[in-house]
Amino acid sequence: MATTVHEPPRIEQQPQPRGVLDSGGGRGNQIPPQGSTRAVQYAPPPASTGIWVGIAAIAMTFAALTSALIVRRGGAADWRHFTIPSILYFNTILLIASSVTLEISRRRVADFMSNAQPKLTNPVRWLHLTLGLGFLFVIGQYIAWRQLSAQGVYLASNPNSSFFYVLTAAHALHVLGGLGGLIRVIRKFGNFSLRRSTLDATSRYWHFMDVLWIYLLLLMWAKL
Amino acid sequence: MHDMSAQAHVAHHAPPTSFIRKHIFSIDHKVIGKQYYGLALVAVFVGMVLSWLMRLHLGWTNLAIPGLHWLSSTGAPGNVMTPEYYLQLMTMHGTIMVFFVLTTAPFAAFGNFFLPIQVGAEDMPFPRFNMMSFWVTLVAFLVMISSFFVSDGPTLGGWTQYAPLSAVGSVAGPGQGMGVILWASSIAIFCIGQLLGSLNFITTTLDMRTKGMSLWRLPLSTWGWFITSVMGLTAFAVLMPACILLILDHVAGTSFFVASNLVLNDQLQPHAGGSTLLWQHLFWFFGHPEVYIAIVPGMGIVSHVLTVNMRRPMLSHRVLVYSMGALAVLSYMVYGHHMFVSGMNPISSIVFSFPTLIITIPSTIIVLIWLGSLYGSRLRINSASLFALGMISMFISGGVSGFFLAQPSLDIMLHATYFVVGHFHLVMAVAAIFGIFSGTYFWFPKMFGRMMDERLGKIHFWLTFVGAYCIFMPFHYAGLAGNVRRYQAFVDDYLQPLIPLHRFITVAALATGAAQFIFLYNLIHSRYWGEKAPDNPWQATSLEWATPTTPPPYDNFGGKLPVVYHDPYQYGIEGSTGDYVMQNSPEKIQSVGEEA
Ligand code: HEM
Ligand SMILES: [Cu+2]
Repeated sequence: MATTVHEPPRIEQQPQPRGVLDSGGGRGNQIPPQGSTRAVQYAPPPASTGIWVGIAAIAMTFAALTSALIVRRGGAADWRHFTIPSILYFNTILLIASSVTLEISRRRVADFMSNAQPKLTNPVRWLHLTLGLGFLFVIGQYIAWRQLSAQGVYLASNPNSSFFYVLTAAHALHVLGGLGGLIRVIRKFGNFSLRRSTLDATSRYWHFMDVLWIYLLLLMWAKL
Repeated sequence: MHDMSAQAHVAHHAPPTSFIRKHIFSIDHKVIGKQYYGLALVAVFVGMVLSWLMRLHLGWTNLAIPGLHWLSSTGAPGNVMTPEYYLQLMTMHGTIMVFFVLTTAPFAAFGNFFLPIQVGAEDMPFPRFNMMSFWVTLVAFLVMISSFFVSDGPTLGGWTQYAPLSAVGSVAGPGQGMGVILWASSIAIFCIGQLLGSLNFITTTLDMRTKGMSLWRLPLSTWGWFITSVMGLTAFAVLMPACILLILDHVAGTSFFVASNLVLNDQLQPHAGGSTLLWQHLFWFFGHPEVYIAIVPGMGIVSHVLTVNMRRPMLSHRVLVYSMGALAVLSYMVYGHHMFVSGMNPISSIVFSFPTLIITIPSTIIVLIWLGSLYGSRLRINSASLFALGMISMFISGGVSGFFLAQPSLDIMLHATYFVVGHFHLVMAVAAIFGIFSGTYFWFPKMFGRMMDERLGKIHFWLTFVGAYCIFMPFHYAGLAGNVRRYQAFVDDYLQPLIPLHRFITVAALATGAAQFIFLYNLIHSRYWGEKAPDNPWQATSLEWATPTTPPPYDNFGGKLPVVYHDPYQYGIEGSTGDYVMQNSPEKIQSVGEEA
C-alpha cells in the first residue's frame, strides 16, 4: 500500500463522459469506500468481465464443433441414427439441480455481504451439495460412455458416435474445470478470503455449463 | 493522508525475490513480455535459416548443403535435400513464422509489456494465467521443433494442413503420421496460450484502466492489441477444436476430414464419409483473422511510433480506431476467399468476394490517414520511424495485389502461385516484421533501460528494406508467369527460364538474412553496453514514458497509479516541458482542444 500520495495540482475539470467510450477509467471509478470492513463489492471487477470473455471463447469453440457437425452431416452417406443413452436425461436433471443449489448459496452470500442478512445461514452446505451434484454429473456421463462402448459403439464407430463422444467429452472437461473453480471457492470461503466477484464469476460459469449442456443435448437429440 | 482524487494503489502481489520467480516463472507482465520476445527471436532465426535452406535448394536443385544430413539423414542423404524434405522444411518455416513470430512478437511480446503500462495498471488482472500463457506457448514451440527429430521428420502439408492428406497418416508421405500429430498438438496447445493471453488483454483494457483513462484516451498501440485480442479470442477458439478433430482422425480412427473411397498409394483408406472442405472452412475461419492478428498490432505500433515522431496527432484518431475495428469484424466474413478454387459452391465465391473487396476500404482508409498525416509533417528520422515508414510501404505494395486476388475469376489463375506468396509475404510477413522492428527500436530503451545504436539501426533498415523488395517483388512476376507455389524444383520447360530469377531471389534472401545479424548484434550489445536511457527519450506523451524508473519498477508506477488528464497524443503545443504534454500531466492545454 502506498503510504503517501501527493495530490496532483488540479487545474482542469474532467470533461463529462460523452458515451461508453468516453467514460472514465474502468477501475478508476470503483475504489472501495474508505474504512469499509465488509468485502468490497465487485473488486476487482476483472473477474466478472473475465468470465464473460471466457464464456465467449468456449461458446465459440462449441459453435465451431456445431458447424463441423452440420457440414459433416450434410455430405455424409454414412450418417446413422443414434439414440442418445437415456441416462443423459437423468444427468441433465443433476446438472440443473446443481445450478439451483449454487444459486441458493450465492444469494445467501450476496445478501450477507450487502448487509441484507445479518447472519450467514450456512451457504457452504449448498456449495458442497453443488459440488457433489457436479461430480455425479461427470460420473453419469462416464456411465453413458461405458454403456455405449458395451454396445460396441466407440468413438470411431460412425460419425454420429464420433460427434457424441467429442461433444460430451469436451463439455465434461469444462465441467471439471468448473468443479475446480467450486473447490477453490469453498476453500477461499473457509479461510475468509472469498471475494464476491469470484463467487459470482464461478457461478456464472457454472450456469453457463448448464445452458451449454442443454444446448448440446438438443443438438444431439435433433441432429445425431 | 490518503487522498481519493489520486489513485490508490491496489497491491496485488509483492515483488518476488527468488531468481526463479523473478526471471523464469514470473507473473510480472513485463518479464512475460520479454520472454515472448525472446521466444519470437529464437523462432524467427530458426524460420530464417529454414528459408535459406529452401532458397538454396530452389536456386540450385541438387546442391549439397554441408551439414544438412545432421538435421535429417533420410531427408538429406548426402546433404542433398529430397523433394519431400523441401516441403517439410517449408511447412515448418511457414508454421513457425506465422504462429511463433508474427503472433507472438507484435501481439504477445509488446502487448504484454506495454498494454498494462499504457492503460495505467500495475499488472494484468490474471497474472497467473498470463504466466501460463507464455509457458504453454513455449511448450507448443518445443513440441513443434521436436517433430524435426522423429523418425520421418516434420509434416510436409504446409502451414494450412489441408485435408485429406493431413488426416490419413504416413501413407500420404513422410511426416504425415507423427509429424502431423505433433503439428496439430503444438497448434492446439498454442491456441490455449493465446486464449489465456487474449483473456488478459481484454480484461486489462476494459477493467484496469486508471482514473481518467477513457477508451478514447487509449494510445493507438493499445487499440491495436485490444482489437487483436478480440480477434484472437474467437479465432483460436475455433482452430483448437479443429486441431483436435484432426488428431482424432489420426489416433482414434474417426473420419471427420477424410472422404469415402480415398485411394492413396494404391491403398484404400479405412476412413469414410468425412468432409475435406470442412477442414478448410474451420482453418480459414481462423486463418483469415489470423493474418489480421499478425498485422493489426503492427498497425497500432506504427501509428504510435509515427505520431511521436511527427510531433502531431494522426488526422483522425477515431477513424483510425474504427477502421482497425472494421478490419476485425470484416475479417470473419471474408475467409472464403481462400477457397475460391476449392470446389466450394461458385455462388459462395461471389458471396465471399464481395466482403473481400469491402475489407480493402478500412485498409485503404488506414493507409490514407497515415499518408495524409505524414504529408507535410517534419518527421523525425530515426530507426523506429524508418521502420514504420517501411511497414507502410510494404503494406501498400502487398495490399495492391490483394485487389487482384479478391476476384474469383483472376484468382483461378493466380491461386497457389508465387503471386499469392508475394502478396502475403509483403502485406503480412514483412509488414508485420517491420512493425516489430519499429517497436523494438522505439521501446527498447524502456524495456532494457539502454538506447540502441541508431547508426546500426539505420543501416539495418536500408539493407532490410531494399532486400525485402528484392526478394518479394519478383515473386509476383514469377506467379504471373505461372510459377506454382510449393514446388521444390522448376523442371517444367515453362518454368526453366525463371531459374535465374529464383537465383537472384536466393542471393537477396541470403544477404537480407545476413543483415539481420546487425540487428541481433545491436540488440545484444545495446542490452549490456548501450548508452543509459532517460525515462522519456523520445519526448512522448503516453504512460509508458511516465514510469518512475526505466525499466519500470515491478508494479510499473511505484505504488501510485497515474491519473490521466489528456488524450494520448498532445504534440505540437506549448507544454511546460516542450512541444508536448504527457497524458498524466495535469497542466492545461492552451490552444489545442482535448480532441485528438
Ligand atoms: C487489401 C486487402 C486484401 C485482399 C483483398 C486480400 C485478398 C486475398 C486473397 C483473395 C487471397 C487468396 C489467394 C489465393 O490463395 O488464391 C489472399 C491470400 C492471403 N492473404 Fe490477403 N488480402 C488482403 C490483405 C491481406 C492482409 C492485410 C494480409 C495479412 C496481414 C493478408 C494475408 C494473406 C495470406 C497469408 C494469404 C495466403 C494464405 C495461404 O494460402 O497460405 N492479406 N489474400
Ligand atoms: Cu484472407
